[in-house]
Amino acid sequence: MRLRITFSKSGTLRYTGHLDLHRIWERTCRRAGIPLSYSQGFHPQPRISLAAALPLGFLGQAELVDIWLDQEEDLKSIIKDLQAAAPPGLVLTAIQSIDQPQPALQTQVRSAEYEVLFLDEIDPGEVKTHLSDMLASESIPRQRRGKDYDLLPLLESLDLKLGEMDGIYSLSMRLSASPAATGRPEEVLAELGFSPENTRITRTLLILNNG
Amino acid sequence: MLNPQQIESRLERVLLTVQKPGRYVGGELNITVKDWQQVKTHVAFIFPDIYDLGISNVGLKILYDQVNQREDALAERAYSPWLDMEAVMRANQIPLYSLESKHSLADFDILGFSLPYETLYTNALNILDLAGVPQFSKDRDENHPLVIAGGHACYNPEPMHAFIDAFAIGEGEEVIHDIIEVHQNWKISGGSRNDLLTSLARIPGVYVPSFYAHHYLEDGTISHVEKLVADAKLPIVKRIVGKLPPPPTQFIVPNIEVVHDRVSVEIMRGCTRGCRFCHAGMISRPIRERSVAEIVDAAESAIRSTGFQDFSLMSLSSSDYTHILELVTAIGERFGKGRLTISLPSLRIDTVSVELMERLGNRRGTGFTLAPEAATERMRRIINKFIPDEQILETAREAYSHGWTNIKVYFMIGHPSETEEDVEAIAKLCNSILTEGRKLIGGRAKVNVSVGTFVPKPHTPFQWVSCDTPEQIEAKQDILRHKLRDRNIKLTWTAIEDTLLEAWLSRGDRRLSDVIYTAWKNGAKFDAWKDQHRYSVWQEAFSEHNIDSVFYTHRQRRTDEVFPWDHISPGVRKNFLFQDFRKSLEGEIRVDCREQCFACGILPQFADLRRENSGEVWKCPEVKSPKRILSGSQA
Repeated sequence: MRLRITFSKSGTLRYTGHLDLHRIWERTCRRAGIPLSYSQGFHPQPRISLAAALPLGFLGQAELVDIWLDQEEDLKSIIKDLQAAAPPGLVLTAIQSIDQPQPALQTQVRSAEYEVLFLDEIDPGEVKTHLSDMLASESIPRQRRGKDYDLLPLLESLDLKLGEMDGIYSLSMRLSASPAATGRPEEVLAELGFSPENTRITRTLLILNNG
Repeated sequence: MLNPQQIESRLERVLLTVQKPGRYVGGELNITVKDWQQVKTHVAFIFPDIYDLGISNVGLKILYDQVNQREDALAERAYSPWLDMEAVMRANQIPLYSLESKHSLADFDILGFSLPYETLYTNALNILDLAGVPQFSKDRDENHPLVIAGGHACYNPEPMHAFIDAFAIGEGEEVIHDIIEVHQNWKISGGSRNDLLTSLARIPGVYVPSFYAHHYLEDGTISHVEKLVADAKLPIVKRIVGKLPPPPTQFIVPNIEVVHDRVSVEIMRGCTRGCRFCHAGMISRPIRERSVAEIVDAAESAIRSTGFQDFSLMSLSSSDYTHILELVTAIGERFGKGRLTISLPSLRIDTVSVELMERLGNRRGTGFTLAPEAATERMRRIINKFIPDEQILETAREAYSHGWTNIKVYFMIGHPSETEEDVEAIAKLCNSILTEGRKLIGGRAKVNVSVGTFVPKPHTPFQWVSCDTPEQIEAKQDILRHKLRDRNIKLTWTAIEDTLLEAWLSRGDRRLSDVIYTAWKNGAKFDAWKDQHRYSVWQEAFSEHNIDSVFYTHRQRRTDEVFPWDHISPGVRKNFLFQDFRKSLEGEIRVDCREQCFACGILPQFADLRRENSGEVWKCPEVKSPKRILSGSQA
């Protein structure tokens, strides 16, 4: 049985990285006593697959994980048991049973939406101008880990916008998130002249192919 | 002073600039977070090394549970920030805070340090500094937290006497409640700090160093220790529990990778073997065992509450647990078929141990451990860990032929009266083990040799002997490096500087407080970390205070010498230790004291507790005589 779980990751769990989150899911399943499937081979590993690594420090609102079980189980009782066993900050919001033959979750991710909260006062006019300049340019050359690339094609659709919420400005963006072309919100912020330490970034949605 | 909200908002700005920020945020599964305002006493338990190491400390977990079970108190945790985080905290004026509620440590009523080993001392000073709490006890007043410490290193508290207000000597499960109650009454009374310390000094097992004066002879040794107030006790006898309370099962599950992610269940406390070098074996007497059912149930509930896959049965000598076969059978049946890795450390060197490991259904990848500590029968008589050579080889053969490919062997150099031949014998024995392995499994056979350097520890029969000099250690290590050259033998040894530091700090007197402070001020911290050595800083600290470090390390003690730790009593009498030391000089062994009581002093000291806990829980003989006869006998 293959399950797809939608969950949020918040609170102190934002400082838990991708590999550690994988281990948290393993332990949560063991504590919940659900019959996890294991891979074959000399070092059998539990079959748990997270959609896309959430960078350290980011919050996640609708993250996805696939989990394989050895036997059919009732979805309602599974989500209840898993939630009871989950650590603080991990909240399960949806569960569905999916067709086994679907390709790996990681390969299905197409784009991701983010919301960036600025912890300091910003000049909204200046940021807006900077944003429109960025979008109007022919390319946004950037370098990451010694490799040159163009950020512009990774900025998907033109839904970059600046909103105001409780007097705090936030920036929403939808970026490409396919395995070969991943846009990073901190790169967009760097282009705007902000350091990620002075923001709080939430990945609000993962969009799958055909999704 | 910053409040928790201010600390949290400053943290948010800096956490992404440090390595592993998950160390500094708390929020783990199975922690206890109470309403700060609803309790009278706030205790922070501190393991003075990084989170990755401290989180799995079982002693602090026991105390954390003890305090949090009270309605009128809360316990939270703090650890040493790693260097990068420390720099960031200092730059941003973030005081060291507790992980649960993010209160500054200075807001707590009691700061309780765990000091299991001496190389944590500078970290403890650093933590007080990061918390904005004066490091010297004499500089703290009614507005500062009470600073207490416990753990094995505190059986010689004097090197840290200037910094710690009160030491809890011995087992902490009960005394922590006494300390909290004294603190609560003191708070209501509105008394002075001295009033608080005076009440603390009345609690059995609590040592308040400022109530004692140490007088010295001309040669620098101690003439006597004088108590300065009537209520102070002399000697200060350790606390023990008559029966081990239920073990913790709700282990805190870290959200990041740490050194040991595992469930540990203590199967017994104490050891009856009487190895003469062993500090733990002397100070943690008497033996008290848990029942098989209690251990198995605790393991089951801890595994369920954590989801951990490693499970360790803790004790100083697992093979000596009375029902060991029954226990491993029960554990193997209950958990063997799952995906757990079960470890059973400190097994005796005999073929039964191979069988025990097999019954646990253990993965064989981890290696089979033998700890003969010395390589000649002569030396094993001296240290009272007598095992014939042939038994060591037979056990190794058994392990190799039952699927283990790697045998780990633990030795020490620097035992009293050790000769070149004793050291060469280490190499010879390791080579013989490998030869046996090759006969059985060919080229896959491996031997990992770990050679520590012996430091004569307080309260052991070897407390009178001298440490090897750096030159002697170097020569002995050279012999081993030269003679253990097979590519399937891996040799590791202890750095000479580490040994010297351990020796100074564990055998030091009150004068060491100044040395420790100066060393910390000049940059010493994380002394337990190989890559953080500040050996020259320590040497300079000794010379700055005109103290000869050799006095502590390379000096045979007079038989009538008063040691800096003599006023702290682990229940074992000094003249028992001396008698045992004399026996060692004659190569005379003492059998396991379960077979025959050697009157170490524990039984008269804790006769009442033994009487209350009759039967097989304790391994000391029953006390039948009336109370009044025994109550007078003391160390």
